[in-house]
Amino acid sequence: MALPNKPKGETKAVRDPEIEEREVDVLIVGGGMAACGTAFEVKKWLGSDQSVLLCDKAAMERSGAVAQGLSAINTYIGENTPDDYVRMVRNDLMGIVREDLIFDLGCHVDDSVHLFEEWGLPVWKKNEEGKTLDGKKGQKMGTLKEGATPVRTGKWQIMINGESYKRIVAEAAKLALGEDNIIERCFIVELLLDANVDNQIAGAVGFSVRENKIYIIKCKTMMVACGGAVNIYQPRSVGEGKGRAWYPVWNSGSTYTMCMKVGAELTMMENRFTPARFKDGYGPVGAWFLLFKAKTLNGLGEAFAGSDAAKAELENYAPYGTAAITPTCLRNHLMLFEMKEGRGPIMMDTVTALATLGKTMSKKELKHLEAEAWEDFLDMTCGQANLWCAQNCEPEKKNSEVMPTEPYLLGSHSGCCGLWTSGPDLDWVPDAYKIKADNGKVYNRMTTVNGLFTAGDGVGGSGHKFSSGSHSEGRIVAKAMVRYAKDHADFTPAIAQSNEELVDMVYKPVRTYLDNCDYTTAEDINPNYLKPNGMMYRLMKATHEYGAGTATFYQTSNKSLEIVMDLLQTMREDCEKLAAGDLHELMRAWEIYHRIWTVEAHLRHIQFRKETRYPGFYYQSDHPGQDDENWFCFVNSKYDPKAGEWDIFKKDYIKIIPD
Amino acid sequence: MPSFVIQEKCDGCKGGDKTACMYICPNDLMVLDPNAMKAYNQEPDQCWECFSCVKICPTQAVEVRGYADFVPLGSSIMPMLGTEDVMWTCKFRNGLIKRFKFPIRTTPEGQANAYVDLKGQDLESEFLSTEEADGYAMPVPQATV
Repeated sequence: MALPNKPKGETKAVRDPEIEEREVDVLIVGGGMAACGTAFEVKKWLGSDQSVLLCDKAAMERSGAVAQGLSAINTYIGENTPDDYVRMVRNDLMGIVREDLIFDLGCHVDDSVHLFEEWGLPVWKKNEEGKTLDGKKGQKMGTLKEGATPVRTGKWQIMINGESYKRIVAEAAKLALGEDNIIERCFIVELLLDANVDNQIAGAVGFSVRENKIYIIKCKTMMVACGGAVNIYQPRSVGEGKGRAWYPVWNSGSTYTMCMKVGAELTMMENRFTPARFKDGYGPVGAWFLLFKAKTLNGLGEAFAGSDAAKAELENYAPYGTAAITPTCLRNHLMLFEMKEGRGPIMMDTVTALATLGKTMSKKELKHLEAEAWEDFLDMTCGQANLWCAQNCEPEKKNSEVMPTEPYLLGSHSGCCGLWTSGPDLDWVPDAYKIKADNGKVYNRMTTVNGLFTAGDGVGGSGHKFSSGSHSEGRIVAKAMVRYAKDHADFTPAIAQSNEELVDMVYKPVRTYLDNCDYTTAEDINPNYLKPNGMMYRLMKATHEYGAGTATFYQTSNKSLEIVMDLLQTMREDCEKLAAGDLHELMRAWEIYHRIWTVEAHLRHIQFRKETRYPGFYYQSDHPGQDDENWFCFVNSKYDPKAGEWDIFKKDYIKIIPD
Repeated sequence: MPSFVIQEKCDGCKGGDKTACMYICPNDLMVLDPNAMKAYNQEPDQCWECFSCVKICPTQAVEVRGYADFVPLGSSIMPMLGTEDVMWTCKFRNGLIKRFKFPIRTTPEGQANAYVDLKGQDLESEFLSTEEADGYAMPVPQATV
């Protein structure tokens, strides 16, 4: 149900919002690829007496990481095996991953890709001569499901015309779920545990960013999939350009914070992603490496990644560094090494790549190739295309600079932080990877809180899902949730807090604002409160300087971590005085609050893991290098909501798939 | 690269209860000035330049100007979203113009098959609904450690 939009001036926040209470069996929090997967799948299993509701902070048609579109589907198993998929992910993430989750994902991901194609997503195909056919032309070769050959860039990725990828996927999700079961522009901000049953999820509370209204929703089971965390470190562009985050700027760590705050166990929160992308525009480089076979050069014009020195450095990180595909973090590591040695900047040699390809191509084919290079940007990072236009950069004539970005936290791309979740209840899955609910049953992708599930960026230890994998994981969760709700048909969720207490909590920034705003002549500067914008800068400065941000070439140390922990503590105290004058600002207040908790989890994990597992993503200067003897394990943490205390501990890694 | 709204072209979606750019912006940036009945971007430094507002605007009133902190002036990229294709006009700072047309979908809008009548059979199995219907053979690890 899309709410009517109200103009600014009518979205001023009021002291006492309206309250809307709902009770459903299954609650879906989020509207991105994972949540769309859940929305598509859930009613196929739901009993006629069961109900479902989805809450999205934005509009599903363009929400989440795929809002802008994508030029490729990065995970399609096809002719490969799930076994090899596990091996690839394990190597890229330096050995420590949940192989059960990855294998399981590999079993289901193609089914989602087949649906995308059926719904209308154009998938590139190879014809008999090995030439590329895109758009409707690709359909002549049949569908992927029927065995048509996709255009691969690398072993796992297939090319698409993906401008409307999210619109198509959301269309099917909304049709499947029904408009009446969807609330858009509803930002869920806190999860609620059951008043009577220990460690059982019972509901969530959130607010509308369109009208002064609070939603209090009870449920038997819930899925939280609100993406990763962006704008948590000072970005390289600090003016208008900080919106040009590589990952969606609206991902505010809500998945991790909301789940950890009800006691769900986190895993591998020390892992992060600092992708190397075209400088400033953050356009994708994958197609340039894989489709156009371009190389990166250092400032001296040397293809440093293939040098003897680089090979020797990679050997320090064997077996990962010496594998056929160099892990993403180590590719960054080599780049940073050049930059620190004064051999920057790093340039993508687009000129040579296109000239080389041009030698074997007709004029028409070359023209199409140029269009493909532009489509790669225009389908998923429009701004990079404009940057090239503004710089008069034609890639066949001028090379472009590549740069590692500020850090991001996520679990679906080349990163693996997130929640510790249950694997599937299959014979080959180790018991230690199965989380038993109160009834002794195992529910796939359930967190350590009974009835609470996650997917996509939320599931830790299982990177490289990307858009397609997140969708299929959402579908896996849909079925598990319906089963959970059915098995708990007699459970009636009860919320400990009164409605008044919940309103007090959610609207606290509004009341702080209204109570104090008349004290000063300019509403943004007031000693009695802080606006979310100011708090955002404080968080970014602290992480930038002490938390292994770009300021220090991603290095931190024991002492730096000690300092940033103190800073975070004060930030959390000052969050009690966040102020919001309108509903948009209230959204920003809750987002920065979520970001601060997520960053704290990230840095606590880095502090605990006394090694540098991911050189190129971050360096713990007091513990350089990998220490397999002591740290070849997961790091998990748990926040105890009753005691208000953190526990952080090692968890055994279990190898399932042989090398 | 924040979006901006051209005064002359914006009609506030004719005072309807749902302004297109407000409806679509994933980051809640586009708002309507109720007095002028024109939309604007209320927080340009949080704009992801996703072009959702540009593509959806019924009067082509929304465009994008490159981020002040690193994009030189003078260029523009403009999409025209159709039902099957998107047409892009990319204008360089030096005046060079490139035009591209890319497919966006192969089916009529609104007709994605959501399998609304499909009902799963075995809730205890690991099969997704369409996998179950297709008789999918679930892989198991070829070997385990």
